[in-house]
Amino acid sequence: MPLKTELTKGLWQINPVLKHGLGLCPALAVTVSAMNGLAMGLATTFVLVFSSLIIALIRRLVPDQVRIASFILIIATFVTIVDLVMKALFPELSATLGPYVPLIVVNCLILARQEIFASRNAPFRAVLDGMGAGGGFLIVLFVLGGAREILGSGTFLGSAVMPAAFQPWLIMILPGGAFLTLGVMMAIANVYSQYLEKREHKARQAKRMESFRKEGAD
Amino acid sequence: MKKVVQIIATLTLIGIVSGGILSLINAWALPLIAKNQQQAATERAIFLVQPEAVRYELIERDDFLVYRVYGPQDKPLGYALVHSGDGYIGPIKLLIGLQEDLKTVTGIEVLDMTETPGLGTRINDEPFKGQFRGISADPMITWIRGAPPMTPNQVQVITGATISARAVVDIVNESIQKLLLLEGFQP
Repeated sequence: MPLKTELTKGLWQINPVLKHGLGLCPALAVTVSAMNGLAMGLATTFVLVFSSLIIALIRRLVPDQVRIASFILIIATFVTIVDLVMKALFPELSATLGPYVPLIVVNCLILARQEIFASRNAPFRAVLDGMGAGGGFLIVLFVLGGAREILGSGTFLGSAVMPAAFQPWLIMILPGGAFLTLGVMMAIANVYSQYLEKREHKARQAKRMESFRKEGAD
Repeated sequence: MKKVVQIIATLTLIGIVSGGILSLINAWALPLIAKNQQQAATERAIFLVQPEAVRYELIERDDFLVYRVYGPQDKPLGYALVHSGDGYIGPIKLLIGLQEDLKTVTGIEVLDMTETPGLGTRINDEPFKGQFRGISADPMITWIRGAPPMTPNQVQVITGATISARAVVDIVNESIQKLLLLEGFQP
């Protein structure tokens, strides 16, 4: 696979949330605002990229039996770093994200990338893959948080965007709003990927017809 | 057997390296986290000394923490000052609420102290602390021992903890003097 695809595949083709349904716990729980989504996405991406790098570097040294234990240790180290740095530099953000920062350790999106990719590929590829999957996660969380913030509090990134007469939908701030919004996003993603498939199929068919016609002419 | 050794060695090595890195980062982060928590506690106390407060702004000048406090409809309510001075055993750190006129105290909160438990610590109890609510600091707050206050700028000190109580009065007076010395706060 070309290097560029390693990076971009995580954004759409194998987007962890939209396509694989991974990392749903933080995606649903913290996205009451766009800022929260962004922060959670960045924290997860950081952990993902660095653990992918380390795990790809030591992938030949780790015995198979303690593979998962080693991965979790490395992931937990980076998560603790993120947690401490956040508490020290962004105390308010850390307070709103609460236990979901330490819980990145058990985010299956991260372990999945280590098991499937980082433990079987060269470090550079693993980093690109981590960036891609982290980026895909970040985009989904940002859009999800943004939509919930606009409809649920009438603001975007803290500043008012809705007309004063707008009555915020309380449901969007509650867990139900997260499920609704994510459901809509996944539906849109599915419709779009079906459309892409259909278009590709048609293009392939047209090409085949073209070649038939050519043969016929010969 | 060789496999077992390899397994143990791998996990031990990863554990040691991880622990080492984390202890370094923790050493850097711990003081900052403590400072943040302290600041959060101070800001919670603002709502205690200025009960009508809705929001506040930090005006930090020369390591002297001054908060401008606003009430409903952004009406300026006054200030909240952080100031410390010597108590009986160690420093006493107070948060002092002040009205717009810079003369009337709206209340005080003890943020930090090491006074004698049961005696000096009574400066943080309502009978003493409550005396500062609405007291006039014009020209300054004075204290009286063993009798109820006679003028609007007097507080009665605590029997058995006179030094701690007087220290509180001094800190409140000092903080107001210090605020008046700042640029833009001259009466």
